[in-house]
Order: sequence, then C-alpha cells, then structure tokens
Amino acid sequence: AVVSTQSGHYGRGKDEGTTVSPKKHTMQPIVTGTSVLGIRTKEGVVIAADTLGSYGSLARFRDIQRLMKVNDSTIIGGFGDYADFQFLMKLLRQQTIDDEVVGDGVYRDAPAIHNWLRCVLYNRRTKFNPLWNTIVVAGKNYGGEPYLGYVDKIGVAFEEKTVATGFGSYIALPMMRKAMDENPDMGVEEAKAVLKRCLRVLFYRDCRSLNRFQIGVVSAGETSISEPMSADTDWSIGANPSGYE
Amino acid sequence: SNFIIKQWYQRRVAITAGGFYTGGSIVCDLNCEKIHYIADNIYCCGAGTAADTEFTTRMVSSKMELLKLRTGREGRVISALRMLKQYLFRYQGYISAALVLGGVDVTGPALYTVYPHGSTDKLPYVTMGSGSLAAMSVFEDRYKLNMEEEEAKALVCDAIKAGIINDLGSGSNVDITVIRKGEVEVFRPYQVVCQKSQRQGDYTFPRGTTVVTNTTEMVPFSALQVTDEEVMEL
Repeated sequence: AVVSTQSGHYGRGKDEGTTVSPKKHTMQPIVTGTSVLGIRTKEGVVIAADTLGSYGSLARFRDIQRLMKVNDSTIIGGFGDYADFQFLMKLLRQQTIDDEVVGDGVYRDAPAIHNWLRCVLYNRRTKFNPLWNTIVVAGKNYGGEPYLGYVDKIGVAFEEKTVATGFGSYIALPMMRKAMDENPDMGVEEAKAVLKRCLRVLFYRDCRSLNRFQIGVVSAGETSISEPMSADTDWSIGANPSGYE
Repeated sequence: SNFIIKQWYQRRVAITAGGFYTGGSIVCDLNCEKIHYIADNIYCCGAGTAADTEFTTRMVSSKMELLKLRTGREGRVISALRMLKQYLFRYQGYISAALVLGGVDVTGPALYTVYPHGSTDKLPYVTMGSGSLAAMSVFEDRYKLNMEEEEAKALVCDAIKAGIINDLGSGSNVDITVIRKGEVEVFRPYQVVCQKSQRQGDYTFPRGTTVVTNTTEMVPFSALQVTDEEVMEL
C-alpha cells in the first residue's frame, strides 16, 4: 500500500485511494525501565537490570524482563521506553531465527549485534524518530573474549569495561570503576557482588527503581539470566528521630 | 560549580570539600577554600555559585559573632541554620548557595544541609553539588553508625574522590575539617588527588635562534630637542 507521510493529507485527484498514516515520532518514553549496569571481567561479562516498568512515577509493571538473551554469545539490557525495547527484541529474535534457518553455523557475536543496534538506533535518530532506549550489549566475540558495549538513542556507541545507563551512570558507575581499579582481575562472582551493591544503592537513591532484579552472565561456560532476586537493604538510619532542623 | 560533603560520626563532624572552582567549563581556581568558617565550632561547606556561598557564609559568620557577644554564649549550629534558611528563602532561590553546615555545640554534634530555596535537612551524612551523586553512592554503600574517626575520614575522603574522578565539575584535592568538642582540626589538603604534571622539557629558545639582520640605534629621550611653543588661547 502506498503510504503518505503527510498527516491530514487526504489526497484527491491522482492520489485518490492512497492510505494515509499519521506521522510517527517518538516524543517521549511511556513505560520505562531504569538503569542497566554491566561489568566486563577477564572471565566473562556480568549485566544487571531491575524488573520494573515505570509508568511515569507509577511503579506499574513490577515483573518485566529487561535483560534478553539474544543467542549463546549475547545478552542485551534495555533502558528507556519498554515498547521500543520490545520492538528491538522482536527484530533481534527474528534475526537469530533467520541465522539458524540458513544452517551454516554462523551466528552473530556480541560486537556484531552491538554494531547492528548502533546502525539501527543512529538511523532512527537521523529520521527524527528515535527508539528511546539505551542498550547495554554484554557477550563475547567469535574469539570467546568478553565484550561489553553501550548504544544510545542518539547512536552513541562504545565499548568499555564498566557501563551504566541513566541514574546508574551517576551512582553506580563510580562504584564499579573503583572496584575495577582496585581489583582488575576480578572474576564473575566478584563482579556479581559489585553489581548487587550498586543495585542496592540505586534502590536507595533512584526513585524509579525496584529492589527486584536479574543478573545476566556471559562467560566461557554459561550464557544465562538469573531468576529475579533482591538485595538486603538497611533503613535503620531512618529510624532515628530527625525532622529538618 | 563544585561540591562538598559532610558526615557525622561518633560525636564529631567531618566535613570535606573538593578544591575546584569553575567558570563555565574553565577551572578558575585550582585550589580554593570551600570549607568556610562560621564560628569556632561551626563550619560550612558551599556548593553552587562561589560568590553566593562566600558572601552568605561570611554574612552568617558575622551575625553569629554578634549573637555570641550579645548572649555571652558559644553559638549553636541551629542558629546559623535558621539565619541561612531565612535569608535564602527570602531570595527565592536566586542566591544559588547549596550549603552543608556542621558543628559541635552544647547540644552535641550537628549536621545540616541548606538548599538554595531555603529548605533544610538534618541527616547523618549529606552531599551537595554536581559530584553529590557519586559521593552519595560511596556513603550509601559504606556508612555505618558510630564509626571511628579514622574510618570516617577515610570514607569521607573516598566519597569526595569519587566525585573528583567521575564528575567533570569537580577536581583537585580533598580538604577535611574535623570539628570536635572544643577543637577543630583542618587538613588542607587531606589528600592530593590531581596534581598538575611537570613539564617534560625546556621550551625556552636559546639566544641566537632568531637571526639578527639589521640593528638601529634607539634615540635616547635626552637627545631630543625641546622647543617652546605657545598655543593660541580660544
């Protein structure tokens, strides 16, 4: 069907019979996910996100999956608009199926998926219709080396040892960077512990967060996303009689 | 913009500040004093517009001294707090001073934050400014009630360092002021985080680099002829 890009253009004359669709420009995210955190260690990559879909200030969907296993080499985490993330997940799932159907054993590794996402997101940004997400790509390359990448809704993309989106970049990233500086030969279990500490602090300080999260691991042995878990929190300082003066 | 934090531990108050002042994206002062004196037992860290924090704290310091003379007693932290918040509220946030006020008085140790619009908080640990989230993450991770002084100083220093390293609006060194009952200890700097590096080489040009092609004698002033002249009066 021929689609007109002009809204309200109910064409007569030679354009008679043209279907009209409205201009689609994502102007604001609706259901959103908060921070996604990632640490790349020599053993593998660990990525974490909570299971909350916020509807503005309402904690609306408290059991959504913001980490997705693309294939055995990659897990992605989505921050931002959840509908746009579901769209990307759908495309990636189809792509994985198409790759398998070819049957030559070739699959896309984490850098390839990172690059594909960068192209898609940058292209949408250029058309002024962004996918309102920041995606963290955690996985390994064809050589089995751990890979951690970040792609933005404006097409910013880079690879780093520690990565965080949203509030996490202000609160968790300093903690993650310090942990990596002090212990560069961290293993996957230590990285998971660091992420749990970061998620706890994020729950204390990020209004749109939830104390229920999943941790994904891509290492030589496993590519999996954990069941939802919670961090222990300590609210005892709030018990002291305080006030504001 | 710059940032400061403070923490209350074991009957004392430790305040620290990063030493940076910026004007837009240029660092104006690499090592400024951000911990301001209010009274012998009360100090205040200022984040936000440097002039605002400087003059506001000076004004309150002056009022506290007058109060001390009038009452004959050592000042209390809440007095300084009241003066600050009533002043800032009157200016409806136009005085961009985000302050962390701390001290030890007859009622014990006290720690408050004052926001530019005049609201205040009373908390065991606080951070303000552009690096406040990085610093707060360190506090939320490691703060415990009833810490020892050395542990608290290390924590507060790490918190400022998190801001210095991760926040672009903060930098340079960590200053700490520890206020105890009856005494104040100032560590300036407590830790040097960023230091200007040494120049790698000598960049001066040796004499004779520029070839002299021509020389002219300068006429000395005394050699000039002075003539008397009369100017017609209008």
